[in-house]
Amino acid sequence: MWEAIRRWFDPAELRSVGEPPDYRFSLANERTFLAWLRTGLALVGGGLAAAQFLPQLPMSHLREVIAVALLLLGGAVAIRAVDHWARTERAIRLGQELPASRFPAILALAVGAGAVLLVIAVLLRAVGGR
Amino acid sequence: MSTGRDPGLQPERTRLAWRRTLLTLSVVTALEVRLASTGGPTGALLAGVTVLVWGALLMLCWPRGTGAGPARTGGRTLPLVALGTVGLAALGGLLVLRGLW
Repeated sequence: MWEAIRRWFDPAELRSVGEPPDYRFSLANERTFLAWLRTGLALVGGGLAAAQFLPQLPMSHLREVIAVALLLLGGAVAIRAVDHWARTERAIRLGQELPASRFPAILALAVGAGAVLLVIAVLLRAVGGR
Repeated sequence: MSTGRDPGLQPERTRLAWRRTLLTLSVVTALEVRLASTGGPTGALLAGVTVLVWGALLMLCWPRGTGAGPARTGGRTLPLVALGTVGLAALGGLLVLRGLW
């Protein structure tokens, strides 16, 4: 694990692997990384917004739980983005198949489950609140 | 016929992607500073740290967005920007948890 982290910060090591690719592929890989990073930043921004713009919720600390969950998810997306970028760059240089990943599916399920939970919370409040 | 590679709009698209990312980063920084501003002296300190992280990332990424200097891909900039994002998330978590006691 530490080895992988060290590799992210060592561009010379990456350049020593395989052959220099068509730089258009590297640019596309970089844009994919940036798109994922913006996804992570949006989740972090959502967490920060939840912490300060949501009213005090009936369940104690629910607001803080939502905020911290979104912040953690955003951080995880950013870390995964750089890891996937490095592994893709390596695969492109070596002419290998691009790394497959379950992460997008897991993220989609997590965000979907969170949305369903919030819908249930809103409905319960609408029914029980009066 | 030239065998050179036609870059097409790829470098321009990548520059614009960097700019969008910096814009998003700035919005997140603004939200974090707003959250920190309600937290007294410690909040002010954390707001300062947030602005410093933002400034460092801005200086790091600016050349990628403007096309000044040699066009480059990859390098240490990418992991550092990701690290900065994780740092902003961690600072945000600290601010949220601090509000609990």
